[in-house]
Amino acid sequence: MSAQEHGHDSHGSYKSYIIGFALSVLLTVVPFWIVMADVKVSLSIALLIIFGLGAIQILVHVHYFLHVTVGAEDGWQAMSLVFTAILLVIILAGSIWVMVHLHENMMPAHEQIERVRNLP
Amino acid sequence: MTASLAGPAPEGGYQFYVTEDPHHHEGHDDHDEHHHETGTRLGFWIYLMSDCLIFGILFAVHAVLGTSYAAGPSPADLFEIDKILLSTFFLLFSSITYGFAVINMQQDKQRAMMLWLIVTGLFGGAFLVMEVLEFQHLWHLGAGPGASAFLSSFWILVGTHGLHVTCGSIWLVVLLVQVQMHGLTHENKRRIMCLSLFWHFLDLIWIGVFSFVYLTGVLL
Repeated sequence: MSAQEHGHDSHGSYKSYIIGFALSVLLTVVPFWIVMADVKVSLSIALLIIFGLGAIQILVHVHYFLHVTVGAEDGWQAMSLVFTAILLVIILAGSIWVMVHLHENMMPAHEQIERVRNLP
Repeated sequence: MTASLAGPAPEGGYQFYVTEDPHHHEGHDDHDEHHHETGTRLGFWIYLMSDCLIFGILFAVHAVLGTSYAAGPSPADLFEIDKILLSTFFLLFSSITYGFAVINMQQDKQRAMMLWLIVTGLFGGAFLVMEVLEFQHLWHLGAGPGASAFLSSFWILVGTHGLHVTCGSIWLVVLLVQVQMHGLTHENKRRIMCLSLFWHFLDLIWIGVFSFVYLTGVLL
């Protein structure tokens, strides 16, 4: 048991949890500040910041809170995580890509309907 | 092999995995010192990954339907971002207090561990109260799940996350009772480690929810 007393890195220590927490607070406050303070940036830059910082915070959680390391569980933990991430990218990117195109082709915008309605 | 089983002999299939572990003879002695629980923890982790896929699909649904307001209210009309920030912090605080509980568990400090777990439960409960109040508020505004495609996907996504937090809180209470009854046994430690993964995972999903559903929703 004595080996467990020293906070070995796979389950974290006070220091690593506090570092993870501080980073998370920073990465949470900035996107909220951008929206709440109505910071004057273009929409695409604001979205880029929100999603970029969100992605970084997810990595921070994975490292500091979930303690995923390449060596843990003979690599199966990291491997299943990477596998899931790939599946998620396929599902999300694929759905959005397909559905946006469907939307453009199938759903006439309000102006289009009006234009057709007002045809001579 | 005997070195890795220094603790009280566990029940269940633990020994099976140890004997099957191909790395066992490669001199990873320091690595094998602590109980690795390869079977249970890896199995639970794979459950979490499948849960991750459920949330991923719900996020995809929200990405497709999230701007279909059907002439109903839009996120900017409904969401109170300051309250979302508060619940985000409740969840973040509960994550770090759970971390402190795990550290105390590893040092066999049962009393301190239980206190940190209770604090975690209180933060989790505060998060749930905020969520229920928000849902009540939306319901009274007539923004129930039937009002528009956006609200359907919003309720199912945020509701599924809330349901997970509710289950995690119930699990937490059950664990506290078990630790109170049986002490910090090997099995209880394993359960606490599994709930730790679950709890941090829910905080991770919430990052996606607040970035994507709330902040992006209000901006668009």
